[in-house]
Amino acid sequence: MQRNPQLNDAGELQHLLSIEGLPREILTQILDTAESFAGVTEREVKKVPLLRGKSVFNLFFEPSTRTRTTFEIAAKRLSADVINLNIAVSSQTKGESLLDTVANLSAMQADIFVVRHSSSGAPFLIARHVKSHEHVINAGDGRHSHPTQGLLDLFTIRHYKKDFSGLTVAIVGDVLHSRVARSLIHGLTTLGASEVRVIGPQTLLPTGVEALGVKVFRDMREGLRDCDVVVMLRLQNERMNGALLPSAQEFNKHYGLTAEKLALARKDAIVMHPGPMNRGVEIDSSVADGPHSVILPQVTFGIAVRMAVMSIVAGN
Amino acid sequence: MRLHIKNARIVDPASGRDGKGDLYIADGKISQEFSKADRTIDAKGLVAAPGFIDIAARLREPGLEYKATLASEMQAAIAGGVTSLACPPDTDPPLDEPGLVDMLRRRAKALEHARVYPVGALTVKLEGTRLTEMAQLAETGCVAFSQANATLADTQVLWRALQYAATFGFPVWLRAEDTWLAKGGVAHDGEIATRLGLPGIPSFAETIALSTLLELVRATRARVHICRLSTAGAVELMRAAKREGLPVTCDVGIHHLHLCDNDLGYFDSNCRLEPPLRSQRDRDALAAGLQDGAIDCVCSDHTPVDDDGKHVPFAEAEPGATGLELLLPLTLKWGEARRLPLAKSLAKITSDAARVLGVGSGKLAVGAPGDVVLFDPAASVRISAETLKSQGKNTPFLGYELAGRVRTTIVAGNVVHEG
Repeated sequence: MQRNPQLNDAGELQHLLSIEGLPREILTQILDTAESFAGVTEREVKKVPLLRGKSVFNLFFEPSTRTRTTFEIAAKRLSADVINLNIAVSSQTKGESLLDTVANLSAMQADIFVVRHSSSGAPFLIARHVKSHEHVINAGDGRHSHPTQGLLDLFTIRHYKKDFSGLTVAIVGDVLHSRVARSLIHGLTTLGASEVRVIGPQTLLPTGVEALGVKVFRDMREGLRDCDVVVMLRLQNERMNGALLPSAQEFNKHYGLTAEKLALARKDAIVMHPGPMNRGVEIDSSVADGPHSVILPQVTFGIAVRMAVMSIVAGN
Repeated sequence: MRLHIKNARIVDPASGRDGKGDLYIADGKISQEFSKADRTIDAKGLVAAPGFIDIAARLREPGLEYKATLASEMQAAIAGGVTSLACPPDTDPPLDEPGLVDMLRRRAKALEHARVYPVGALTVKLEGTRLTEMAQLAETGCVAFSQANATLADTQVLWRALQYAATFGFPVWLRAEDTWLAKGGVAHDGEIATRLGLPGIPSFAETIALSTLLELVRATRARVHICRLSTAGAVELMRAAKREGLPVTCDVGIHHLHLCDNDLGYFDSNCRLEPPLRSQRDRDALAAGLQDGAIDCVCSDHTPVDDDGKHVPFAEAEPGATGLELLLPLTLKWGEARRLPLAKSLAKITSDAARVLGVGSGKLAVGAPGDVVLFDPAASVRISAETLKSQGKNTPFLGYELAGRVRTTIVAGNVVHEG
C-alpha cells in the first residue's frame, strides 16, 4: 500500500481527501483551529489575513449550493481570492479531461483546489497530479468521502457534547450512497466515540458496513434508544421509488425521525442533518425545527471548519 | 532452418521431462537429433520450454489502434515468450464476420510472430440477440465463439447459441457474470468497496451465472469454457461440474492469482479489472484451484489501455491490464509461492492451455510445432513503461521486479525474439 497521499513527508496535512487514515492529532488540530475561527465569524470585521494573496479554486464537477458557498465564504474570510468554476456546465461538456482542466487551472497559479466530483476517488487522482505547493480539498466525491462535512459534524458534536468518549451516535437512512456517513463514521471511531450505530433498511446499507466499526440496526426504535446524537441522512429523490425502496411514505413511516421516535433517545440528544432536508421524508418538521435540532448551527460551524482546513493545508 | 539448442534445462510439462539436454528443430518442427545445424544456440543456464500459449490477449485491431496495434502487441507477445495466442472478439467492429477474421489472420501472419487464433463473436456485434454465422467463421479460422466481456442477458439466446454451437461441436467461451447483478458495479462488493464508496459486484453475480451456464451445458452438451473465474464459489462449482463429467473447462486471469480488492489502495485505476479483483479468500481459492486442476489454465487477459482510459477516476477508468509480458513472471511467482516444480507451473501456460485451445503446440515431443522459448528463471525483469513492449503501460505491477526473463523466442523454428 502506498503511503497516505494526504500527508506530506513530515506527516502534516498536505491535502484533505478523506477522514479515513487521518490520525487523531490532525483531526483535533482542525477542530481546535476551527474553534479559534468561530470567534472571527461573529466579529464585525469577519476577516483574517491568513491566505492573503492566495488563490482558491472552487472546482465543482457536480452541482452544489451550500458547500460551494460555505467554502467561498471561508476562503474570503481568510482573505484569499476565490474563483468559482461550475465545471458541470463548461469544459466537461466540451470533452476536456479532468486532469487537463486541473492542469490549466494550475497554470493560472492556483494554491488550493476545492473539488467536488460525482466519482469516488476523483480528488485522489487530482492530488496525485498537482504541483507540490498546491493543495486539494475534497468537497465530496461520489459515495466515498466528504471530509469537511464530517469535520463540521464532529465539531458540532464536540460543541454540544464536549467529549466523544461515552457518546452513542446513530446515523440513519441511506448509508449506501452517503459520503457524509462514511466520513463521520471514520471521524467518530478515530476520536473514540463509544458506539456508532447505523440504522436503515438492508437495501440502503452497504455490504460489510460493520467492518467500519459500526453496529447495524434495522429497527429504528431499537437503534435510537439512549443515543446522544442522531444524524439523519438525506434520501435522494431518485432513490425513493424503485428497487431500493417502495415509497417515500413507507420510508418515512419506518425510518423518518418523528418527535415520538426521538423520545427514545436521551433527553439531551441533538439532531443533525447535512442538508438539504426532505421534510416529511427522513425528518419531520417538528423535529427539524424543534429544540433538539442543531441543523442550522451545523451550517455556521461549517464555515469555521473550512477556514481551519484551508489555513492548515496552506501553512504546511 | 535447422536449429540446435544445447546445454539447456529442458522442461516439457506435457511429458514431465525436466533435465539437461539438447533440442533440435527442423522444418518448423521439433526434430530428432541431427548433426548439421544452421545455427546452434548455447542455452547454458536457461530453461527451454514450449512456447507459451495465452488464451486471452487483445491485439486491439481492428478499430482500436489508438490503444494498441497488432504490431506493438505481437512484439509484446514474443518478448513475453508467447508463441500462440487467442484473441477475443471485442474489437471494433467485433469479430462477427468472416471477412474481418480473415483480414486479422492475414495481418497477423504477415508479421511472422506468434500464431494468432481468433475467437469469433457468438452474437452479431456482441449484442446478445442474433447468432453469428459460426460455421463460416470457423472456416476462416475461429477456434471458438465468445461474448468477450459483453453481456448476454437473454438466457433464451444463450440456450440457442449453445445448442447451435453444440451442433457443430464448436467450443463456446463465456464469462460467468449475471448482467443485472453486475450492472453499474466496478469493484468486488465487500468491505473495500464500501470503504471506497465504489458500486460493488457481488460474488453471487458470478456463481448464479455459472450455475445457469452449467445447467445449460447439461441440457445442450455444448463444450463450454468459462473465462476468468474470480470467486471461490465458482471454483467449487467448476470442481463439481468436472467431477460430474460435464464438457467444461475454465481459466483464471494472471492478475487474479496475485491481487485482491485490498490492492485498489487509493483508487489505483490499474486495478480496475473485469471481473473485479475480489477478496483475499477468493484469490487463495483461485490459486489453489489452478494447482489442483479445478481451473485448467491461466491467461494474461492482456488488455492494453491508453492513459486517457486510465487517468480518470476509478469508476470511469476503462477496465483491463496489459499482461502478455507478465504472463511468465507471474505464473512463476504463483508456482513459487505454492512450491510447485517448474514443469507444473509451466503446464498452465503450455500443455494445459493447448488442451483448452485445442492445438497441437505446447509440448516438445518430436513432430510438435517448433515453438520454443528460452528463459532465465532467476533473472528479473523490471516492469516499467520503458521496458514494456506493449503499447499499454497499464499494469498494477508497474515498478515491480519480477523473476523470469525471456531470452529467446522461437516460432516454427524461426528465432523471432532475442533479448
